[in-house]
Amino acid sequence: MKLIAAMSGGVDSAVAAARAVQAGHEVIGVHLALAANPQKYRSGARGCCTIEDSHDARRAADVIGIPFYIWDMAEEFHDGVVEDFLAEYAAGRTPNPCLRCNEKIKFAAVLDRARAMGFDGVVTGHYARTQISDSGKTLHRAVDHSKDQSYVLSVLTVEQIAGAIFPLGDTTKVDIRKEAQARGLAVAQKPDSHDICFVPSGDNAGWLRDRLGSEAGPIVDQDGTKIGEHKGAYTYTIGQRKGLGLTVPTADGSPRFVLKIEPVSNTVVVGAREDLAVSTMRGERPVWCGPAVTEHKERGFVQVRAHGAALPCEYFFDGTVLIANLDEPLLGLATGQAMVIYDGDRVVGSATICETE
Amino acid sequence: MSSIYLDHAATTPMVEEALIAMTAQLAWLGNPSSLHTHGRATRKTLEDAREVIANEVGALPSEVIFTASGTEANNTALKGLYWQGRDNGRHVVVISAIEHHAIIDPAHWLQEHEGAEVIQIPVNTDGVINLEFLKELVEKRGSEIAVISVMHSNNETGVIQPIRTVVEIAGDIPVHTDAVQSFKKTALSFADLGVYAMSLSAHKIGGPLGIGALILRRRVEIPALLHGGGQEREIRSGTLNAPAIVGFATAAKSKYYDAKLVSALRDSFIAGLKNAIPDALINGIESERLPGIVNVTFPGTQSDTLLLLMDGRKVSCSTGSACSAGVHEASHVLLAMGHSEISAQSSLRFSFGATSTYAECDAVVSVLPDVITRGRAANFS
Repeated sequence: MKLIAAMSGGVDSAVAAARAVQAGHEVIGVHLALAANPQKYRSGARGCCTIEDSHDARRAADVIGIPFYIWDMAEEFHDGVVEDFLAEYAAGRTPNPCLRCNEKIKFAAVLDRARAMGFDGVVTGHYARTQISDSGKTLHRAVDHSKDQSYVLSVLTVEQIAGAIFPLGDTTKVDIRKEAQARGLAVAQKPDSHDICFVPSGDNAGWLRDRLGSEAGPIVDQDGTKIGEHKGAYTYTIGQRKGLGLTVPTADGSPRFVLKIEPVSNTVVVGAREDLAVSTMRGERPVWCGPAVTEHKERGFVQVRAHGAALPCEYFFDGTVLIANLDEPLLGLATGQAMVIYDGDRVVGSATICETE
Repeated sequence: MSSIYLDHAATTPMVEEALIAMTAQLAWLGNPSSLHTHGRATRKTLEDAREVIANEVGALPSEVIFTASGTEANNTALKGLYWQGRDNGRHVVVISAIEHHAIIDPAHWLQEHEGAEVIQIPVNTDGVINLEFLKELVEKRGSEIAVISVMHSNNETGVIQPIRTVVEIAGDIPVHTDAVQSFKKTALSFADLGVYAMSLSAHKIGGPLGIGALILRRRVEIPALLHGGGQEREIRSGTLNAPAIVGFATAAKSKYYDAKLVSALRDSFIAGLKNAIPDALINGIESERLPGIVNVTFPGTQSDTLLLLMDGRKVSCSTGSACSAGVHEASHVLLAMGHSEISAQSSLRFSFGATSTYAECDAVVSVLPDVITRGRAANFS
């Protein structure tokens, strides 16, 4: 096949590209320039599109022996990922930008462009697997569960999965580093990136404050009684306990947790731990990674964080929203997070959580 | 056909005799600044080379200052002439809007760090500088201008600029011209042009990489960028790179480049291209141009996509414009010629050299329809 390998400058995408070449594909490396004003150097585990990273990607492509290009996707990334991230926080929800990037950039803008240019698909260094079954190509967890990235890929449609190649899904990260070393790739020991790439300081709250302002507002209990003040509601997350700065203690001295963020009234609602419990979640804008979910109730698992646990549940689609009823209640769940349904290791689909109870 | 190289304006193959002369010189021992036998032998060869280059460019041997690149020659000339002018109360640097980055960037550096005011001469849609603008500027602010720098021909479009007229307008104001693309491609004489300074580069004419020259009028003394042994008129220090200079001179005197042949090849390519892609636009076609450069706008495409697709068909060409962190930016040259950001980003430069063939041109023309169709399909902006 003719493939575009998305190369971030990290070890995973470099090995993925090398494996695609070894498998006999005709591969062209592409580095996505996502930052409008890229920083010159990488700082620790942060950032993924510095000039240094693009040099690392180019060097890896040269060592592998494939052509290499840089595609400027800064505008698409800003509009589709950064703006969405801000809008979600401003609306009191907790978004996952990596998921949005896969949905709108890597497997949309890049894949569409690649296909139009006559390529068959896009290779990435994501830890996930695909399988061909009777119902077509399906998406599965990586063998290395600790590195599994199927959660952030769960926004891919069947059509997108058809054009996605994940050569690393059958290997552990430790072995990928060893392989990179053996292949002579200088990025073999480059640190993993963890934080949000467009927040190079790693200070999420500060980054949001700079852009959304820091309008103070009340922290209230469930009765609406004001018991404190916050500096920007969106810097809080559901389930947060520390850093609330509350001056009125509870009657029994038990801790309080953030239950709800109300952006319109700029209010943060806190309450007891048990009030965080969620047993049903509903998600809008569902995407099916294989056969569509129906009104027929199925048993499976739901995952609500990138590296969270797979929680046993019953799930179905009522025609509008995807609903999951948990076997055991979950503490602390924010709207805006993705709920991803698994059938064993297979990704069934995902939706954006809009309501919990 | 294997791979096709149509990027000769970026760099071109070394002329065989230059390669032979240079590698032979590499085996010679002796620092040309040394007074002993070994040094003298190298000095002799090096000064022979200086005379050859001076002769080829219509200058005196003493006017040739060897540098490590055309970029260094440009920096030395522009900064040096500015500093010299500033000492006499002149602080304005005039450049054309279509200069190479090796002039634009030092000019802006002078503005940011050395108190210069940079004024750009606009160009018309054919890519030629606006002489009326320059005339008015010199009339109004002539006494403030330290240096005027206008390239002899543009590296992206090949359009030749009216340097002699620039010199007439400038009067006593020093004029520098970046002649890196013009040398050996079109008539070029330092003495006839009457400029103060001119930049050359060896690897554009079949010489080696890493050697260039600043041709600087006798008696013009400018401050140095590199201080040290003072080897080159105290304006440029550093042990002279004798092997590269020998390669440079050998390429300069070789007759391998035939402007008429390359022009004919280029015209045949343009005819084929217009036939294959009727709405393609050749930039600067109405102007006097270098033989080997064709800059084409393909409406509805993005140049980086086209480069990738051409590369996939083993055709090496370029956008001709600079990259910022590897991201293609709209060419400042095409923007100055009146292109929009979008059309400036849909352009490719094909540049031909002495080794280019009609078969290569035909092969490129034959892949163009498919490349442009795919390029248009992949353009979502």
